[in-house]
Amino acid sequence: MTAKINIKNVNLFYTQFQALKKVNLDIEKNEITAFIGPSGCGKSTLLKSLNRMNDLIEGCRIEGEILLDGQNIYGKIDVNALRKRVGMVFQKPNPFPMSIYENVAYGPKTHGIRSKVKLDEIVETSLKNAAIWDELKDRLKKNALSLSGGQQQRLCVARALAVEPEVLLMDEPTSALDPISTAKIEDLVLELKKKYTIVIVTHNMQQATRISDKTAFFLLGEMIEFNETETLFSIPKDKRTEDYITGRFG
Amino acid sequence: MTLKMYLKYPFSLFLRTVVVLATAVTCFTLLFLIGYILIKGIPYLSLDLFSWTYNSENVSFMPSIVNTIIMVIGALLISVPFGIFSAIYLVEYAKRGNKMVGVIRITAETLAGIPSIVYGLFGMLFFVTTLKMGYSLLAGIFTVAIMILPLMMRTTEEALKSVPDIFREGSFGLGAGKLRTVFRIVLPTAIPGILAGIILSIGRIVGETAALIYTAGTVAELPKNLLSSGRTLSVHMYALSKEGLHTDQAYATAVMLLGIVLLINMLSTMMAKKIEKKS
Amino acid sequence: MEGVFLGAALFSIFAVILICVFLFAGGLPAIGKIGVFSFLFGTEWSPTDEPASFGIFPMILGSLYVTAGAILIGVSIGVLTAVFMASFCPPRLHKILKPAIDILAGIPSVVYGFFGLVVLVPFVRVYLGGSGSGILTASVLLGIMILPTIIGVAESALRAVPSSYYEGALALGATHERSIFFVVLPAATSGVMAGVVLGIGRAIGETMAVILVAGNQARIPNGILNGARTLTSNIVLEMGYAADLHREALIGTGVVLFVFILIINLSFSYMKRVKR
Repeated sequence: MTAKINIKNVNLFYTQFQALKKVNLDIEKNEITAFIGPSGCGKSTLLKSLNRMNDLIEGCRIEGEILLDGQNIYGKIDVNALRKRVGMVFQKPNPFPMSIYENVAYGPKTHGIRSKVKLDEIVETSLKNAAIWDELKDRLKKNALSLSGGQQQRLCVARALAVEPEVLLMDEPTSALDPISTAKIEDLVLELKKKYTIVIVTHNMQQATRISDKTAFFLLGEMIEFNETETLFSIPKDKRTEDYITGRFG
Repeated sequence: MTLKMYLKYPFSLFLRTVVVLATAVTCFTLLFLIGYILIKGIPYLSLDLFSWTYNSENVSFMPSIVNTIIMVIGALLISVPFGIFSAIYLVEYAKRGNKMVGVIRITAETLAGIPSIVYGLFGMLFFVTTLKMGYSLLAGIFTVAIMILPLMMRTTEEALKSVPDIFREGSFGLGAGKLRTVFRIVLPTAIPGILAGIILSIGRIVGETAALIYTAGTVAELPKNLLSSGRTLSVHMYALSKEGLHTDQAYATAVMLLGIVLLINMLSTMMAKKIEKKS
Repeated sequence: MEGVFLGAALFSIFAVILICVFLFAGGLPAIGKIGVFSFLFGTEWSPTDEPASFGIFPMILGSLYVTAGAILIGVSIGVLTAVFMASFCPPRLHKILKPAIDILAGIPSVVYGFFGLVVLVPFVRVYLGGSGSGILTASVLLGIMILPTIIGVAESALRAVPSSYYEGALALGATHERSIFFVVLPAATSGVMAGVVLGIGRAIGETMAVILVAGNQARIPNGILNGARTLTSNIVLEMGYAADLHREALIGTGVVLFVFILIINLSFSYMKRVKR
């Protein structure tokens, strides 16, 4: 089976500072891959380079290749089309200051869907897939900023799903949420992996063990170890991984 | 994105084009306005215009320049201390949640929004008529002093606020009193910001016309004293444009005014850089 | 010493009160004598006729038309320029543009008026007909004059929008342009509107530039190429020779203008507060 995403020999620099060092990693289809590691280890940086959101950072330079279905995303490609295929959910919920409906419909509208019937349908399915339809169906016209943090984050998931991505990147999606909302998001992520390839950055190791199939451990810009989640947490090969998961640092 | 990629997103290409065009229009307007006036006006900047006397043959703007300088100095002498003192009160003395502060802010905002012609009317009614100053430089000075007060207050307030609290704490820690701290530590640190406010105010006074026509009047000669009427450069410019008899000289006067504006902008940019360096 | 500082701070309150008192005392009696309705809605202004009529409705309309035109031009070009400055402009170009816009803000109104007189008026006369002085010319000139105000306020409103909105839109595959126009700009609406209100205030209070290019006929304006007189110009044009009731009626014109401005300012401060 060929992987959905191949990360090959990736070095990434912020002007002088090297944030990623020779990272090699394959991300399989319909699996949840977790990136863990102490803050500043480069896990978020790697995640952002998967849909080229790091293009926004001035002085950011990347070497090596990242292949999506065999095509280098740092080659001559359409970045907007890439981001449509590789969706993203951010650390802090960031719904747009519009109605709930408009938030979800924004993506499809951007990609040219005008029919009201079609949009209604997309909004409903996306909200259902994000497991928030029942809570919100009666107040779709309400401003999205009036929702609770957990609801906002699931709305952001729905918004990302509405453009029918193939891969979903999640950057510490529960770090700003309470335990109950976190559990809901985790259930949601497990449900979503049937249809999507998911990459999640988390600083919460329990979360990684609960939901991910594979886990990669990062330290100071290097990928130290990558394995089945169970294996990595029970019999880590590297001393540094062991130190980290047993809580000796970070 | 390259042009080729943009062709896939025609609407985005359109948006980008509109934005660039609008900016081009803005820049073109500015360049055209300045260029046109400079090119047409500089040839008319003759030595005659700098003669000390004005008459119908030679509409010299020298007396107006003198009046403008008097106006600027006079108005600053009044509004700079008032502006600085009120800013000191607002920033250093007023307690948090003090209702007075809100009222003062609102009135300062109101003052800032009043159009110059209303200031002119007020100056005419109060200084010229009620206080019997007549059309005089003094009435003009008082009028524009009130007009630039909110600008002085706001810029000084911002300058004082930008002084870090550690400076104040350091001074208090050495046993200095509040007043000493304000005058020896806070004000000196805030000087570039205050100067920037003064420079902006000068620009405002030099460019003012509507508030001065019916307070300082339109006499085009050198003033004998502060109670003489006298036109500033902008009022002179207005009179020449309105009469339409001395267009060439009006061009030359416009060049003078533009020159002053450019100079003032240069100074305030320099000030801004100085402030940036400090923080 | 605190008392001195407080006294200085209270001076601005004193000044506002003084301005209100003198303006209202000078203008309201005349409005009373003429009659509020016939002053505000009278369509004829002929202060030197026997009997004289003092209707400022033509000037109110003149001010409104000219301001509306200026807003149309100033807001469309100004907001788009602000979008460019906030979201499209490389930092090095911004370092040049920003001071350039400041220069535009610093040019005295009488210089704008003169520019309008020698460039815009002939242009309109030759290419569009009429005398050249009129609502259109005044609108264009005022539109240019309020540009820096609108650009300044709108740009800072755009920059104040959290970058997470922009990133969120990009991550959905929207282009830079779409993200800016359909997410960032709508999120900045209240700030941009505050800029527009400030621009309205500037335009309605502007005097010297308008006087030189608007034609100044004191009759109900008919057509954008025809002349109009604004409230502000009415005061400056006639104050020099007005006496008695005529003079008071001009001060009354100032009162009306002042009330307009107060309403605009109040809505501006209100909008600023809502934004917070």
